Order: sequence, then structure tokens, then C-alpha cells
Amino acid sequence: MKKQRSRVSGYNKWGYIFLIPFTLAYVIFQLIPLVSTIYNSFFENYMSGLTQIGPTFVGLDNYVQLFEGGDIWIYAKNTMVLWIMCFIPQIILSLLLGAWFSDTRLRLRGSRFFKTVIYLPNLIMASAFAMLFFTLFSDGGPINSLLMQIGFIDTPYKFLSNTGSARGLIALMNCLMWFGNTTILLMAGMMGIDTNLFEAAEVDGATSTQVFYKITLPLLRPILVYVIITSLIGGLQLFDVPQILTNGTGDPMRSTMTLIMFLNKHLFSKNYGMAGALSVVLFIMTGILSLIVFKVTGNDKRKG
Amino acid sequence: MSGKNNDGLKKGLGIKARRILAYIVLIIISFFCLFWFYILFINATRSNGELQAGFTLLPSTHAIDNWNNLLHGTLPIVQGMLNSLIIAGSSAVLSVYFSTMTAYAIHAYDFRLKKYIYPFILMIMMIPTQVTALGFVQLVSRMGLEDSFIPLICTTIAAPVTFFYMKQYMESTLPLALIEAARIDGSGEFRTFNHIVLPLMKPAIAVQAIFTFVSSWNNYFTPALILHDDNKKTLPILIAQLRAADWLKFDMGQVYMAIAFSIFPVIIVYLVLSRQIVQGVAVGSVKE
Repeated sequence: MKKQRSRVSGYNKWGYIFLIPFTLAYVIFQLIPLVSTIYNSFFENYMSGLTQIGPTFVGLDNYVQLFEGGDIWIYAKNTMVLWIMCFIPQIILSLLLGAWFSDTRLRLRGSRFFKTVIYLPNLIMASAFAMLFFTLFSDGGPINSLLMQIGFIDTPYKFLSNTGSARGLIALMNCLMWFGNTTILLMAGMMGIDTNLFEAAEVDGATSTQVFYKITLPLLRPILVYVIITSLIGGLQLFDVPQILTNGTGDPMRSTMTLIMFLNKHLFSKNYGMAGALSVVLFIMTGILSLIVFKVTGNDKRKG
Repeated sequence: MSGKNNDGLKKGLGIKARRILAYIVLIIISFFCLFWFYILFINATRSNGELQAGFTLLPSTHAIDNWNNLLHGTLPIVQGMLNSLIIAGSSAVLSVYFSTMTAYAIHAYDFRLKKYIYPFILMIMMIPTQVTALGFVQLVSRMGLEDSFIPLICTTIAAPVTFFYMKQYMESTLPLALIEAARIDGSGEFRTFNHIVLPLMKPAIAVQAIFTFVSSWNNYFTPALILHDDNKKTLPILIAQLRAADWLKFDMGQVYMAIAFSIFPVIIVYLVLSRQIVQGVAVGSVKE
């Protein structure tokens, strides 16, 4: 008995051995940076012209400065506005397409083709996609000349100089990049719903709208919550598209400047104290959101 | 009675009408997904003069000129592509191999810390790399690894998302009895992993290798903080540089060619492997 037990635990030490690479890489490249980021947030440390200020311990001063400076509120608002502008059309579209793709009665042809097409933008390099939109929608670009050729407008529309259209373009790009992914996730969830329920509803004479609102949507709730929160976490990280589209300025009038663009600015100007404080704030925000995801998916057996 | 009949009729019509509506919407959406890349393709074949003249849907004949101009231009685009390939390729290999190993450790063995480590990895899954970027950059410069690909590649060894996918896949395809059998046959644990587990995981490995490759290929934030030497820069950094340049003086044909050059390789790979990729998303269900 004893012998067998020691043999089993002899194998089980391999569990630890196989975990070594992950642990090493995690500790070196993620945990230590995380700790030193937090550590930095308590120090004054930046370049003023050519003179290095600090690092001196200043306690929570960086956080106070961050929140009293007011910029963070503008950028947080921008980030939220951009996320909402992107997420609402995205979720409506995804629910609709997901319902269509998973509806056995509808029997759509070529659904594999459509799925392939809608997922495609997700794999495109965001920076190249943003650069493409920048050239296409520039004042003398193809979209303006197209609109002028069909007589829709007389003078070029300055897409990137108006708050609404600049934000709209960013939201459009993100929506295009992510709705395919969301559709596939929701569809997988819809396929998981017991088909007997749909058949029973059909026998009872329910319309497809009723089926959607009374059966599909309630049963989909765990996945919906998951999609919303993960999308929010992704939205907080919005960077590549507005950064490239506006060349890092967040124009017009800083209306497209996101939180990560703000962080990026501090990192490039080597203001490590403020960058640290901002990182910690973002870390706490994503941490809270992750905990919600963790709770939701923990209850949902399908996700294990 | 008549009410019920009526209802049935409405539903019959409804299906057909809904199917037509679905096709119309799908076609419009597909148009919006593909339109931009079509214009990109067209514009990459047109000369600067033609591009100034206005919009067209027909390709022109200057693709090769644009390509040659780009090659001999100021942007080290071929070097950038090589750098991107090296980083993305090595990331994909390392990430997939070690994530599978991590998943195997959790899946096949029983050890005391397991019940803490597994939830811990799930917890850190959502933490974005941006929030640790500051510490990462400082660490890299302290290690003297700026302008080196090593920090960018080695980070991917600890990839919680890939790990999670592998773990899910193992649960459905890797019976513990098989590992027992290998042990009885005298196969060492490491050998079992390399020669029995890895081949069984091939489909999952392929999907995750593609995802890791693509996300590394597209990554802009972290490489931009670390790579400063022109000969070390990856494609996204070069694209950003193109945006920052005085682009009005640029030959627009070249600009479009550079964008096309960064986008089309991924599109081609995707078209070849689209079935596995789309299925992979549905199965994994976890991607930021």
C-alpha cells in the first residue's frame, strides 16, 4: 500500500516539473513587471527637459495628481463612448446573425462562407487596418472622391476633423473586427440550447420573435454576460486603431484619446510615476471585471 | 380554428421572408467586411497619379512598380516582415509547446498545489499586457535586451488563454488510461508527453499556433516600446512610422502596397485554414 502510494506521488512530481517553464516565464515577464509597475506608482520619476527628477518616494501623490489633473476622466469617457458605440451595433448584429445561423428551420445556404467572411477582419493587423482607413477616409482619399463622383457631397468631408465621424470610424473599425468573433461565440451558445425547447415552442405556435425573446435570450444569459464583460475588458485596452488613425494625438480635440493611448504617452515620455499609477488603476479595473467573468463562467458548466 | 390556421400561414410566409431578409442582411454585411480590402487591393495596383485622379473599382497595372518603389524606398519593409515572421513564428512554437505542457501538468497529475494553480491561471487570463508594460520595459532595459526579440518571444511561454484551450481539449480527447498504459510500457513521463500526448493534440495545436502567430504578427503596443533600431522593427511599427511621416508627399501607391503587404499574408493563410479557425473560436470560447 505504502509502496504504491509513493510510486504515484513519484509520478506526480512531474506535475511540478512540467509547470516550471510556465512559472518561470510568468514570474519573469509578467509578475515581476506587475510588481515593479505597482512599486513605480509610488515614486516621482520623470524627465523635465534633460534633467531627471527622482525617483523619490511620494506615497499616493501620483494617484492624486492623476485624478485631479482631470485628463484621465476625459480619456476614460472617450474610451467608454467608443466602446458603447462599437458594442451596441456589434451585439445586435451578432445576436441576429447567431440566431439565423443556428436556426435549423431557416436552413441558410453558404453559412460557412458567411462565417468565414465575418470572422476575417478579426485577424487583420489593427494598425494596418487603421492606416488603411486613414488613407481611404482622408480628405483627398478614395471614399471622398467616391462620394463626390456619385454626387453625394460637393466638397470633401473631413472625416478625421469632426469628433462624431472620427469616433464613428474607430467604432466602425472595431465593430467590423469583433462582431464576427462575438457571432461565433453566441452561435456556439445557441447551438447548445436543447432543440426540444424550440420544437415545443413551435408546436405551441410561438413566432420566431417570441422564441428569441422567451427562450434563446434567457438561456443565453451566461454567455451574454461573458461576452459583454470580456468585450468591456477589450474595450479598455483600445489602442492600436485610434493611435494609428490619429497618429497618437487623439484628435480632434483629444476626443479619440483612450486610456491606453494616455499610458503609452507617459511611457514614451518616460514619466514612470504617472504611467505606474495609471497602470495600477487599469489593473484594478480589469481585475474587477475579470472576477465577474470568473464568477459567471465558474457557474456555467460548459465553460468549466 | 381559423385563427390558428391563419397563424400557420403567417409562419409559412414568415420563414421564406425571413430567409430572404437574412440573405440580404448577410450580403450587405459581407460587403462591408470585404469592401475595404478590395479597394486596398485595387489601389495597390495603381500609380500615384491614377490615385489622385479619383476612385475606381478596376485594377490598374502598376502593382510591380509600386512593389519595386517600396523595396527601394526608405521603409525597411522586407526586413520588417522577416522580423515579424521570426517573432511570430517562434512565439507560436514556444507558446503552443509549453502551454500544452502546462495543460498536461494540470490534466494528468495530482499534486498538492494543483487546486491553487489552476484557478490562479484562470484568474490571470484576463489581465492585459498593457498594465504591466511599464515594469516590462524597465526589466527589459535592465537586462540589456532592448532591440532584442527574446523578451517578446519568451513572454508567450506563459499564455493562459492558450493553456485554457489546451486544457479543455485534453479533457475531451486525452484519456488518463492511455498515459497509464504508456507508463506500464516503460515510457518516461517526458517521452510520453512528446511522443504520445503532443501528436494527439495536433488539431488543437494547429488552431492555437495560428492564433498565437496572428496575434503576435499584429501586436503593436509592446514591440513599439522595445524595438527602436530600424532593422529590428516589426511591420506594425513600420506602419505606424508610415502614418507619422509626412504622408502627403508620399507616393500613395507605395503606401497602399505597404499596407497590403502587411495584411494579405494573413488573409491568404486564413482563407486556406478558415474552417479550422472558425471552429477553433467556437470551441475555445475564450479570446480577449
